[in-house]
Amino acid sequence: MRIDPTVLAAVLGMAAVTYLTRISGLFLAGRLRLQGRMKAAFDAAPPAVLTAVIAPMVLATGWPETLAAMVTALAATRLPLLATILVGVVAVVALRAIAG
Amino acid sequence: MTRDLRRDALDGIRDILPPAIAAIPIGLLCGALGAAKGLSPAEMALMCGLVFAGGAQFAAIDLWSWPVPVATLVVSTLLINSRHILMSLSLARRTGHFTWAQRLLGYAVLADENWAMAERRAAGRDLTPAYFLGMGAFFWLNWVVWGTLGAVVGAAIGDPARIGADFAFTALFIGLVVGFWRGHRSTFTIAASLVTAALVYHLAGPPWHVAAGALAGIAAAWLAAEPEEVPA
Repeated sequence: MRIDPTVLAAVLGMAAVTYLTRISGLFLAGRLRLQGRMKAAFDAAPPAVLTAVIAPMVLATGWPETLAAMVTALAATRLPLLATILVGVVAVVALRAIAG
Repeated sequence: MTRDLRRDALDGIRDILPPAIAAIPIGLLCGALGAAKGLSPAEMALMCGLVFAGGAQFAAIDLWSWPVPVATLVVSTLLINSRHILMSLSLARRTGHFTWAQRLLGYAVLADENWAMAERRAAGRDLTPAYFLGMGAFFWLNWVVWGTLGAVVGAAIGDPARIGADFAFTALFIGLVVGFWRGHRSTFTIAASLVTAALVYHLAGPPWHVAAGALAGIAAAWLAAEPEEVPA
């Protein structure tokens, strides 16, 4: 059970800034009036954030990943979440095998 | 402990189960990569438990060296997790009826997946503390267990790309994004975020693509909103 002091310092620092980002909205939210365009912008936050995180894998890795992402998106319109993930993983393995 | 509380907590666990299963290979991979960089299982457990942020942990492990570049790791983590500001700002609308203790505890484990599920739940009915905290506790424990186990078994896992495990995270997020699709205006948001993030990733590299793509998607939604929705 080894914990290096500098590892501990790094982890505590990472944890502290992460916690601040997580709770910051609680303190900012009361100052905003959400309606009209502002409300539309906030409603768009979930898909905008999630899409940005995976964009490199989807568009900047290779054609098998791009095509697998399209297959996954199609599957997501008809299948539950877990089945969608399975389809995506199987598709990427198959397409990577074809790409060689 | 009333029946309602238990039912809501179980609802939360049921909703987070698919992302929790998808997190198994991702957690194992994260732990294995950490072990390869020289982190002990105890240190991985500490990181998973206290930081609890997959993307930021992968980036930190990628940047990891000895002596530990503490400031670099903290700044990288802050940049990648700055998206949490938008997420908590958005979800704060739904948790006004929580006590402060429930908010400070529940938001401590706010991650993309449980946040997305909480937003989806809140769109249909009231988001309860039991649902949010039950889901959060389960998802947190799940990540700590698999991340730590990954550090224990380490290299035995082999190349994760061979079994497509590296794509599980992407497929999960695609499923969540499709769940948020609300007509053509969502298409503008998703397209703007996707193209901007990929472009910034190409030009500036990680972690800048996350904030850039998120803001582009939100800007697109702001521009695409109907004029009559604009307050007079």
